[in-house]
Amino acid sequence: MFGIGLTIVGLARFQFAMTTVFHFFFVPFSIGMGFVVAVMETMYCVKKDKVYRDMAKFWGKIFLLSFAVGIVTGLIQEFQFGMNWSEYSRFMGDVFGAPLAIEALLAFFIESVFIGIWMFTWDRFTPGWHAFMIWMTSIGTMLSAIWILAANSFMQHPTGFTIAMMGGRTRIKLTNFGDVVANPQLWRVFPHLIIAAIMTAGVVIAGMSAWGLLRKKDGENHFFKVSLKFGLWVGLVGSILTIFAGDFQTQQMIKDQPMKFAATEGIYQNTKDPAPWTVIETIDAKGHKTSGEVELPKVLSLLTYHKTTGSVKGMNTINKELNDQYGNKKFGTQMGSELDFYPPAKTLFWSFRIMTLVAFIVLVFDFLGLLFSRKNKDTIENKKWLLYCLGIGIWVPFIGNSAGWFVTEFGRYPWIVYGLFTISQAVSPSSTIGSLLFSNILYFLLFTFLGGVMVWYSRQTLHQGPYFEDKDSKQNVDPFAKEAFGK
Amino acid sequence: MMTLSILWFLIIGLLFAIFVFMEGFDFGVGMSTQLIAHDQMEREAIMSSIGPHWDGNETWLVTAGGAMFAALPIWYASLFSTYYYLLMLVLVSLIIRGVSFEFTKHAETKFGKNLWMWTFFCGSFFAPFLLVMMLTSMIQGVPLNANGDAIGLGFFDVVNWLSLVGGVAGVLLSLVHGLNFLRLRMEGPIRDRARQLNKVLYPILFAGEVVFALLVIFQTDFFTKKPVSTTIIILFIVLFSLLGYYGVLKDREGWSFVGSGLSLSTVIVLIFNGMFPRVMIGTHGNSISIANAANSHYTLTVMTIVACILVPIILIYFIWSYTLFTKRINPKDNTVKY
Repeated sequence: MFGIGLTIVGLARFQFAMTTVFHFFFVPFSIGMGFVVAVMETMYCVKKDKVYRDMAKFWGKIFLLSFAVGIVTGLIQEFQFGMNWSEYSRFMGDVFGAPLAIEALLAFFIESVFIGIWMFTWDRFTPGWHAFMIWMTSIGTMLSAIWILAANSFMQHPTGFTIAMMGGRTRIKLTNFGDVVANPQLWRVFPHLIIAAIMTAGVVIAGMSAWGLLRKKDGENHFFKVSLKFGLWVGLVGSILTIFAGDFQTQQMIKDQPMKFAATEGIYQNTKDPAPWTVIETIDAKGHKTSGEVELPKVLSLLTYHKTTGSVKGMNTINKELNDQYGNKKFGTQMGSELDFYPPAKTLFWSFRIMTLVAFIVLVFDFLGLLFSRKNKDTIENKKWLLYCLGIGIWVPFIGNSAGWFVTEFGRYPWIVYGLFTISQAVSPSSTIGSLLFSNILYFLLFTFLGGVMVWYSRQTLHQGPYFEDKDSKQNVDPFAKEAFGK
Repeated sequence: MMTLSILWFLIIGLLFAIFVFMEGFDFGVGMSTQLIAHDQMEREAIMSSIGPHWDGNETWLVTAGGAMFAALPIWYASLFSTYYYLLMLVLVSLIIRGVSFEFTKHAETKFGKNLWMWTFFCGSFFAPFLLVMMLTSMIQGVPLNANGDAIGLGFFDVVNWLSLVGGVAGVLLSLVHGLNFLRLRMEGPIRDRARQLNKVLYPILFAGEVVFALLVIFQTDFFTKKPVSTTIIILFIVLFSLLGYYGVLKDREGWSFVGSGLSLSTVIVLIFNGMFPRVMIGTHGNSISIANAANSHYTLTVMTIVACILVPIILIYFIWSYTLFTKRINPKDNTVKY
């Protein structure tokens, strides 16, 4: 599927994809959870209703679990550029290092210090001040996203640089830091990612609350109902806004990376005018052909240009254009007369559809959930089928997030920095198949293990319910409790 | 151009020095859980002494790595691709250590608690061992080609007497530092046990420092290139260790903590001083210097402005976060449950 064999570049790519996808299970979830927990705690400060405090505490535990796994897997990301992609680091260091360092200075310190304080000071501060700590953490996670996306946006659409000789080698030279920060890619991908992150948190909270309601344990009903409604609202609003933010970002993609867009739509030939939207098709990526389309007339024109006319360029045309622009001028003729700028079309086509489908699934189910939990006709508890759907659907946004990341990263192929540096130029010359295989296997085992443990403990936390600790501490407080004398 | 890149060499050194000071005691505390705790309750109390802080402490490493990338990327690329296996194992150590804080809290079974306590211990042991191994191997030089890649790096380039002794010294210093930290933060018998263990460890540490100094003389060019400064810095390492030992003997835990922390930081000073103006020492004459590893003047200026604004702010809330948790922890009455 990824066209990866046992080559150094292939293994290094696989490792990057694996570590990023795994890291990216936890990043959007943590960003979203941090935000919603901060909102919950603020609601407690405003409404003084104890249930919101319980919610912030309980969902905070899930947040902390994902934060822990997210942070440690992020460690690999930072060092991987040097380990597996040293040529990339040398070429790109002048631009790429700065956002990473600023991310650490501006975001990681805020996150890591304030989350430490927040965890251990529930009884030390007034509710308002304690809520301030989680807000700082949440702001830290979002700032972190801005800077990592700034670095990534440069790779998608380089701005504010020249190519120059530095220290005896050809490197990118930063000329305008403001341009890197003001990169239009960045400010279009950021809202999309943050909203999708918050939606993810909403879906998980709604889903876990649904399981909580299905269990029907005494005294927890109210907690899980309030949580369910909260999660459903976050998910519904999030899914609607994600769709808009996604469209907003797509407009930039059409402009900067037409090849990526054509691939996500699976178009090889230029479309007719107006362009129909392909729902499904089979793609022959080697032969540059598609067949068996199911099409909706005019919709692609509408999606692309926001009007009912206009043809969309296909990959064959764009490949010719890219050849004129970059082909032999940059790499000479040693790679053949015609260079291959085709990204992995199947992956992109299906990733895009999965991502979009996820948003709509969340939209529909969260709408139904809210419909059945209206104030006067509250029947959600009896709608077991819906609760099961919500509970089982917890993993759906994670698939959507990964698919979105696939679109962004695979669509850049064959570039690592768009128009400047290819993936195969970027890999470490000192890498060996052995070292990469070893690290791939080790990371894979570690990730599977950690992910499994995290899911297991989240499940256990849900099973214990929101009032688990309270009972525990009551036993300790009352010296004449039955338990103190044994059974 | 040159002055700014030297400034960033110093900043990276400073970030590493702060990192080993802060994370040094974190690692030591991690090792203490299996060395001086008698039961699970005590292990968790020891763990909770760094619970709110470890994440922030580790961020200094992330920042140092980021600063290397942002200021001297050729160094970053060469160093991390050269020490591929070591760095990978460092990362694995840090990962299993990092998750063990959160996972211990959730573990219910005895097996689970033991498992996460042991991953905590192993991570805390291997991370400083491997990190210092990497640094002490680096100062002996590696076979770099003209591009700065260590192709044909042999096993004994990485694993040799100096790097092994260095690794052990790193572990010992961290452990001693962690025990000194526990004496500051804990109540009850753990304090005494920490002190008793330190009384035993310090003489071993002094022997280790002597061996380390001798190996630095024979295995690196530090003494031929910078005899005076290298000697003075090594003396300071010993002096700070003596200060720590004095604090242990006289039961002045404040002094011993400062002493052990500074001796760790001074090891970084030794390494950075000896390398200057090189950042990677090539055994085939292809050393990488600050000048040809550095980023453009413009980028360095941007980074300098950013650092000048942010670092003071970070220090303020970083220190403030420590002032929030000054109450000594009693394992029998530990409100911070792990």
